[in-house]
Amino acid sequence: MTYRTLLGALAGAVLLGTFAANANAAEFMVVDDTIPASLTGKAGDPAAGKKTAINKKKGNCLACHVMPIPEEQFHGNIGPNLGEVGNTMSAAEMRIRLADPKLINPGTIMPAFLKPGTTRVLKKFEGKAILTPQEVEDVIAYLLTLKGDLPQ
Amino acid sequence: MRYKQIMMTAAGFLGIAIIVAACAQRGIPTGGDLKSGYFYSMPETQAMQWDTEANDWADFDNPGFIWVDQGAEQWDTINGEEGKSCAECHGEASSMAGVSTTYPKYNAEDGKLRALQDQITDCLVNRMKAEITKDWKWEGDLMLGMTAFVKLQSRGMPINVAIDGDAAPFYEEGKTFYNTRRGALDMSCANCHVDYPGSWARADLISNGLPNGYPTFRLKWQKFGSLHRRISGCNKNIRAEPYGRGSDEYTNLELYLASRANGVASEAPGVRR
Ligand code: HEC
Ligand code: HEC
Ligand code: HEC
Repeated sequence: MTYRTLLGALAGAVLLGTFAANANAAEFMVVDDTIPASLTGKAGDPAAGKKTAINKKKGNCLACHVMPIPEEQFHGNIGPNLGEVGNTMSAAEMRIRLADPKLINPGTIMPAFLKPGTTRVLKKFEGKAILTPQEVEDVIAYLLTLKGDLPQ
Repeated sequence: MRYKQIMMTAAGFLGIAIIVAACAQRGIPTGGDLKSGYFYSMPETQAMQWDTEANDWADFDNPGFIWVDQGAEQWDTINGEEGKSCAECHGEASSMAGVSTTYPKYNAEDGKLRALQDQITDCLVNRMKAEITKDWKWEGDLMLGMTAFVKLQSRGMPINVAIDGDAAPFYEEGKTFYNTRRGALDMSCANCHVDYPGSWARADLISNGLPNGYPTFRLKWQKFGSLHRRISGCNKNIRAEPYGRGSDEYTNLELYLASRANGVASEAPGVRR
């Protein structure tokens, strides 16, 4: 049984996200509003994840979230404070939140980090997701370390 | 006796009413449902536009007046093959009071929506037979200056654009643009300016995204610039391909922004971060 027919058999609770024509093509399975399986099979690196979260050209999470990164000035407050997100969310919940948050909240402002935009995307970003699957795994590994015990 | 008491009470109320009215007049003119970008600016930036102590516009501190003064000079300058100045047909600039608050406006002659810049260009080209030099292009110094000089005649007056009748289809286009997600970050204008005014996007306090202060002197640009330039910046920030300044798309969008600002006082020339 191929991957696709397996998915067909599981239709309903399971949905396949594939983004073809994407340099960072990501393929993931959604189960009950989560993505349980690692996107790469390789453990995430929290230190790399922190850098990706800060990088304005990559995660740029500080545009919208307060995080325990006092060395960076001016944290946004469009989204919730992520200082304790490691206590309140599982990796599977974080993964869908980062890959394509519109799957759980269609109206959200938070960008989908693994789904390229489709409307008037600047040429140099056409067909490209903001992050690679491994960068998302790294960010998740970093978020899991945020337990509310770090200075903000 | 009784009569006197009533009169005194009435006089008291009248006094309070006058004080309330006077207080309401302190500060930059306001109005409308939404708040001008001025109120989302830092005090240092606000002070370049409005002098709270003098309770008046801070025109000496507003660098936009370098451009406005050039516009004022052009008003009386003969330009083009017809040998005319704006003043020869329109008289004192004060005759323009209230005009800009109705722009963008539908023009029956060509069936198009005109931004104020389009109307000025029309007078230059068709009524003055003047050449549109680089300075008179959309983002040129003379066009920015003249646009702001004409708008200055309406400063403090409420924005008052029509969105019904012939303007309706243009308004609908602008509204659709405003609510369409675009760019690599896949966001609409509404995602920020409707959903999160008052929140911080890093060091920027998000406003209602109103057009009433434009053309504006933007500290980041260190220059006077048009509303379409600002919108183009908001497009590029979400990694979306911008449209041209003066394009139909941005003029329709300008009408939608202006409709959100209906009732809000015109502030051009503004100052923003
Ligand atoms: C443009 C703003 C924006 C950016 C950029 C952004 N987020 Fe969010 N995020 C939000 C908003 C708003 C929410 C609230 C939930 C919603 O809108 O669905 C949210 C929710 C979350 C949540 C769920 C928190 C909870 O307690 O439910 C997590 C986790 C999260 N974001 C992580 C991130 C990370 C990590 C990044 C950077 C890689 C990021 N976000 C970038 C706006 C943003
Ligand atoms: C990611 C959030 C975001 C999006 C999306 C966005 N803007 Fe903005 N916009 C800002 C920020 C931040 C500023 C600067 C602070 C302010 O005035 O809101 C700004 C400023 C403006 C201003 C200047 C307001 C003033 O008083 O100086 C206008 C007008 C504007 N935006 C229009 C738009 C339009 C039209 C769109 C859609 C094409 C748009 N914006 C999309 C964040 C955004
Ligand atoms: C030869 C005469 C003539 C000259 C010169 C001229 N205009 Fe006009 N202008 C008109 C006429 C006619 C109209 C359309 C009728 C009206 O609304 O007054 C008009 C309309 C306008 C309007 C729109 C008025 C409204 O109520 O919507 C503006 C703004 C304007 N002109 C600005 C200028 C400026 C700025 C200059 C100089 C660069 C200029 N005009 C030069 C004749 C002239």
